[in-house]
Amino acid sequence: MSGSEHGAAVGRGARPLSPHLQVYRLPLTAVMSILHRVTGCALMGGGVALIWWLVAAASGKGAFDFINWLLTSWVGGLGMLVFGAALMYHLCNGIRHLIWDAGYGYEKPEVAASNKAVLIGAGVLSAVLFVYAWLA
Amino acid sequence: MVAFTLPKNSRIVSGKTWPKPADAKNLRAFKIYRYDPESGENPRVDTYYLDLADCGPMVLDAIIKIKNEVDPTLTFRRSCREGICGSCAMNIDGRNTLACTKGLDEIKGDVKIYPLPHMPVVKDLVPDLTHFYAQHASIKPWLETKSPPPAAEWKQSIEDRRKLDGLYECILCSCCSTSCPSYWWNGDRYLGPAALLQAYRWIADSRDEARGERLDNLEDPFRLYRCHTIMNCANACPKGLNPAKAIGEIKKMMVERQV
Repeated sequence: MSGSEHGAAVGRGARPLSPHLQVYRLPLTAVMSILHRVTGCALMGGGVALIWWLVAAASGKGAFDFINWLLTSWVGGLGMLVFGAALMYHLCNGIRHLIWDAGYGYEKPEVAASNKAVLIGAGVLSAVLFVYAWLA
Repeated sequence: MVAFTLPKNSRIVSGKTWPKPADAKNLRAFKIYRYDPESGENPRVDTYYLDLADCGPMVLDAIIKIKNEVDPTLTFRRSCREGICGSCAMNIDGRNTLACTKGLDEIKGDVKIYPLPHMPVVKDLVPDLTHFYAQHASIKPWLETKSPPPAAEWKQSIEDRRKLDGLYECILCSCCSTSCPSYWWNGDRYLGPAALLQAYRWIADSRDEARGERLDNLEDPFRLYRCHTIMNCANACPKGLNPAKAIGEIKKMMVERQV
């Protein structure tokens, strides 16, 4: 339905838009939904870095030395920590989305429980990943 | 489209502070969004004070008292004062709900009241719901039948009738749709939780004979699939309904009818 078919968009353009993000107290589920998208974007960035590293490894020593130096510097390390945590969060919340899309887990108590499960799951998996990276 | 900030004509400027009542026992501040279409000025937030010792228990009681005793220009919709008409839907304390069923004792600190979010404002707390109602009409909220009408009523088993519980109770207050970020950004094309809950209410009705056409109408990247299970709708609904679940059921039916 196009907006222009309706009075709301015809000759009433001067009406102000009521505040939204400015005033809404977002519930945890909404914050986690935003975080899902943010981590998805972070994974794109991390994916580019990973491909760069692999392509550089295939193309020669000079190219590889640079990107390897960058990724193993403290900035690169921090980036990889963020990438790892984003990956774990996106994975856990992605599994919840699959369950939702299969038609389960929409009741409010179920959502409250899956909120906790996703956050704890992502936290634990990230911690395991960090410890593993530290020891490796 | 996504726009995190408000357009220039919608930015809120500081408003007026109204006098406090004399000898108040239980003083409470109300910060209320005001917009006067006659003035040509930007919206503002006015501060009112009430003595809650001399006021009814609900937010609606408070704003009626302000209108009656402090500022008669304060404009809002209200009718039944018992949560069945859906007129007094507004954003109170950061969440969409009905002013008549929201207790003042549920709110900590100042009582902040805004119109339903991301809607064109007619005046003060009155949003323009034209598009919202048109979207509801677009899902054909009535029984569609092809077989000849029966001599008496269209019959339904008790089990089939039970499938409509949690759907038919919707009062179209639009708390859910206007709480939904997807509806904020794509409300021109995304139908939003209220219209989709009603769409499912007719899809799920055993007497309805237009299920295929109803699903066809929703098979669209925007109308249905802008729902990203943010769950604000289910959190906001003052009737305790769950539009997100109804939308999930529609999505499931879309898949099922293709396999």
